[in-house]
Amino acid sequence: MQKYSVFSLVKNALSNHENWDLAWKDPTPKKEYDVVIIGGGGHGLATAYYLAKEHNITNVAIIEKGWIGGGNVGRNTTIIRSNYMHDDNALFSEFGMDLWRRMSQDLNYNVMFSPRGIINLAHSDAQMNTYARRGNSMRLNGIDAVLLNREEVREIIPMADFSENVRFPIFGGLMQPSAGTARHDAVAWGYARQADDMGVDIIQNCEVIGFDVSAGKINGVRTSRGDIKAKKIGLCVAGSTNILAEKLNMTLPIETHLLQACVSEPVKPVLDKVVTFGAGHFYISQSDKGEMVMGGDLDGYNSYAQRGNLPTLQHVLTEGIAMMPFLSKLKMLRTWGGIMDMSMDGSPIIDKTHIEGLYLNCGWCYGGFKATPASGWTFAHTIAQDRVHELNAGYSLNRFNTGHLLDEKGLGTKTWIS
Amino acid sequence: MLHIKCPHCGMRSQIEFSYGGDATVKRPELGKEISDQDWDNFVYNRKSLRGKHWELWQHLSGCRQWIKVQRDTATHEIFKTLKANEEIS
Repeated sequence: MQKYSVFSLVKNALSNHENWDLAWKDPTPKKEYDVVIIGGGGHGLATAYYLAKEHNITNVAIIEKGWIGGGNVGRNTTIIRSNYMHDDNALFSEFGMDLWRRMSQDLNYNVMFSPRGIINLAHSDAQMNTYARRGNSMRLNGIDAVLLNREEVREIIPMADFSENVRFPIFGGLMQPSAGTARHDAVAWGYARQADDMGVDIIQNCEVIGFDVSAGKINGVRTSRGDIKAKKIGLCVAGSTNILAEKLNMTLPIETHLLQACVSEPVKPVLDKVVTFGAGHFYISQSDKGEMVMGGDLDGYNSYAQRGNLPTLQHVLTEGIAMMPFLSKLKMLRTWGGIMDMSMDGSPIIDKTHIEGLYLNCGWCYGGFKATPASGWTFAHTIAQDRVHELNAGYSLNRFNTGHLLDEKGLGTKTWIS
Repeated sequence: MLHIKCPHCGMRSQIEFSYGGDATVKRPELGKEISDQDWDNFVYNRKSLRGKHWELWQHLSGCRQWIKVQRDTATHEIFKTLKANEEIS
C-alpha cells in the first residue's frame, strides 16, 4: 500500500495523479472465511480493522448491501464526545476518545479530528445542578468537564440569545473541552483502506438473504452473491438490525426510527464549538466548509424511510432559532435522514447471542458515530476471544432481562419520546 | 407530512396526532402467572419491521381518542385505520 504523505503527494503530482493505487479492492467473495462482518459502515469496517490489527485474524469478509460508508457513518452530524455520567458509558467513550486522538496517524488517513469542545446549555437552576453532578461524575472517570456560568458561556458563544426576554434563558452550561468533530467519510475510508491492506475482503452490493444456523450454531450466511461459510459472524447493521434479527428468529429490545439532519448554506466562521440546546433536542456545529450542521429529534414513529418529514424539521429548527436567532437568516442547503436502532434504555448492545458464533453490535440510538473506534475495538475483541471485554460488559443483551439497564438519561421504553 | 384518517373525525394532518407505538403488543393478563420472558416481550422486545406496521396514535389535538393505524414503515403509505376497540383482522 502506498503511504499517504507530502512526498507521495508531490511524487504523484508529477504524473498528474494518474498512478495512485486503489484505496481498496473489489474482490469476489470466497466460499469461506474465519469471520464475516455484516455491514460496511463505520462500526463494521472498524471491527474488521481491529480483528486484523489486534487479533491477527485477517481471513475476514465485510459484506455490505449497498456501498461502504453509505449508511449512518455518512449521515451523522460528526460529533465526538464522552460526556456521560454512568461508568459503563463514560469509560467506553473515553477509551474511544484516545483512539480518536491518534486515528489519523494510526490509519495514515486524515480524519480531520477537531477537538473543539462541546457545550450543553442549561436553562434552569435544576438543570445546572444536574450538569454539576454529571460533570463531577465525568471528572471522577478522568474525563474533562467544565461547568460554565451564564457569563462564561456568553464569552464563548456570544451569538446565542442572551437577551432578557426569552422563554428559555441560558443559565450556563457543561463543557467537555476535548470533545469535537471529525470528517465522517474519512473515518469509513481510512478503516476500509487499512483493513483491505491487511487482507480483509470488502464485498459491496452483497445483500444478506438468510443465515445457516443448525444445532444452535452459526455456519454461514446466504447472500445475493452466493453462500458464504463462516464459524463467526458479526452483525454491525444498526438501522437494519431488526430486519436481520427477523431472519434469525430473534426479537430485540430495539425499535427502528428516523433521525434527520441538515446543513445551511456555507457562511464565514462564526461558531467554533459544538453546542446543544438544553430545553429541547437540538445540536449545532460549523463544518470546515462553513455550513451550519444541525440535528435534533427523531421523526417520532417507526420508520425505514431514510428521508424525513417536514413537521419534525420545523420543530427542531424552531429550537435552533430560539437558541441562536441569527440562524433564521440562513438558507437551508440540504436535509437528509438516517435510520436508527433505538434501544429501550438509550444505550447500545455489543454482545454474544444465544446462537454460538453469532455476535451482535446494535442499538446505537443517536450516538453511533463517536463510538466507531471503541465499538470496533471491543466488538473485534468479543468476536476474536469469544467473550466480552470489560469495556463492553455493560452493553449486554440480557440486561433488559436482568434489570441492569443503562438509562443514561432516565428515559423509558418509549424511544420516540426522547 | 402524513395525513391520517381518524375513524372519528376524518382526514387530518399528522401534527394533530401523537404516536403510541406498536399496536400488536398486548399486556399480559392481570393475576395470571407469567414468565420473565413474557414480561420482556411486553416491555422491551419489538419486531419493528420494514413494511406494514400496526401502530397506536392519539388524536391529541382533535377528539383525543386513541386509534390504530396500519402504515408502511418504508413508504409511509397508510392502509387502514381503526377505532381503539376494533380488533386488527
